[in-house]
Amino acid sequence: MSRIHVTTSVNGDEVDFLCEPDETLLDALRNRLGLTGSKEGCGTGDCGACSVTLDGRLVCSCLVLAAEAEGREIATIEGMAEGEALHPLQKKFIEHAALQCGVCTPGILVATKALLEKNPDPSETEVRYWLAGNLCRCTGYDKIIRAVMDAAAELRRA
Amino acid sequence: MYAFDYARPASLAEAIEAMKDEDAKALAGGQTLIPTLKQRLASPTTLVDLNGIAEIKGICLKDGMVAIGAGTRHAEVADSADVQRLIPALAHLAAHIGDPQVRNRGTLGGSLANNDPSACYPAAVLGLGATVHTSAGRAIAADDYFQGMFETALGEGELITSVDFPVPEKAAYMKFVQPASRFALTGVFVAKFLGAVRVAVTGASESGVFRWPEAEKALSANFSAGALDGVALGADGMIGDLHGTPEYRAHLAGVMARRAVTAAG
Repeated sequence: MSRIHVTTSVNGDEVDFLCEPDETLLDALRNRLGLTGSKEGCGTGDCGACSVTLDGRLVCSCLVLAAEAEGREIATIEGMAEGEALHPLQKKFIEHAALQCGVCTPGILVATKALLEKNPDPSETEVRYWLAGNLCRCTGYDKIIRAVMDAAAELRRA
Repeated sequence: MYAFDYARPASLAEAIEAMKDEDAKALAGGQTLIPTLKQRLASPTTLVDLNGIAEIKGICLKDGMVAIGAGTRHAEVADSADVQRLIPALAHLAAHIGDPQVRNRGTLGGSLANNDPSACYPAAVLGLGATVHTSAGRAIAADDYFQGMFETALGEGELITSVDFPVPEKAAYMKFVQPASRFALTGVFVAKFLGAVRVAVTGASESGVFRWPEAEKALSANFSAGALDGVALGADGMIGDLHGTPEYRAHLAGVMARRAVTAAG
C-alpha cells in the first residue's frame, strides 16, 4: 500500500502532497494542506458539509479519493473571499443570519456559489432543490434561502 | 476503510488487465462504493479507478439510438442536448437522481453495475429495452441484464462500457422520492414504441427492477392513464421497510404508472 504522489490545483495554487490510497480528498485537504474549512459531517455523502468543486463541479470531498484529485482543479471555501473582502454570498449569510453553529455553512456557500455560476437567476424552488444535498440542523433553511436569493439579486446588479 | 492499492488505468485494455485480480474492484463515481468501503463492507485488494478512461465517456448517436458511455456522469446525461431532444424522459430521470453532488460524480455504468433495487437508471434501461455493452465484448439485452437485487449478468471483472438506448415515440419516468435519500421509494418508467409499450418498475420489488406485463398489455391497447384502471400489482415480493409496506409500494407503482402515462402525453 504505497503512498501516492498527487499534484493538483487548490483555489488556483498548485499544490502537491503524498497520500494513502484509502485517503479521501476531504482528509487530504484538512490534514495535509491545512484547509479545515471543509467539514466532515456524515462522511457518507449525505450532509454536504464537505462540499468542494472539482473542475468546477460540486462534489462531496468525503466521497472522492485524494488520489483522484491528480491533475484536477479544486475550489474550497478558503478560496471564496478575496483577502479580507467577503464574497457577496458570505456577506448576505451574515446579514440574514443564515447560520448558527456554522458547520454546514462552508458547504452551503460552496454549493450556492456553484449554483449561481451555472444559473445567476434561480427561482426559490431551484435553490431549494439545488441544496437537497446540504443539510442544516440549525436554521430551518429559510434564512439560507433568503440570503441566497438576495445575494443572487446583488450579483446580477453588479 | 480497509487498506487497498489504487490503480488508475488510462485505457479500457489496462482496466481489463487490472480487473483480472479477483479481489480488485472497479471505482466509477464512488457514491455507493466509497460509503461501502468506509463501513468495511468490502475489502478489495486494489481499487481500479475507471475515471481516467476517455473511451467509456460521452454521448453519441448510433444507428438511431442514443449511446451513452458507462463513465458518463448523471449531470452530463441531464444536460445533454441530444438526450433532451431524443429521450427527454431519460434526461429528466438523470436530472432528478439524488442531489447535485451525487449527479456530478455518479455514472451510468456505476449505477447499473451496482443495480440497487431503488436506483432510477435501471428503470430507464429496462423500460427502454436498452442494450448493455461490456468489456468482454458482450451486448446484453436489458431483459437479461437485471437478475435480482444487486445482481446482474456481469461476469467476474467484466466492466460496462456503454449503453445503447432506443428512441421511443414517447416516454416518461415518475418516482415517489424517499425524501432523505431521493432514491425512488417506487418509480415507474413507461415507454411507448411503435406497436408496443414497456413498463419498468423500480424501488418496489425485493428482486430489483422488473417489467409489469399486465400494465404493458393494457397500455399497448390504449395508451392512457385510464387504461390502467383495474390493473393492480400484488404485494407479494414487494419491499417492506420503515418507509413503506409492500402493499403501499404496490399501490404506488400504479399511481406512478398513471402519472408517467399522463406525463408522456
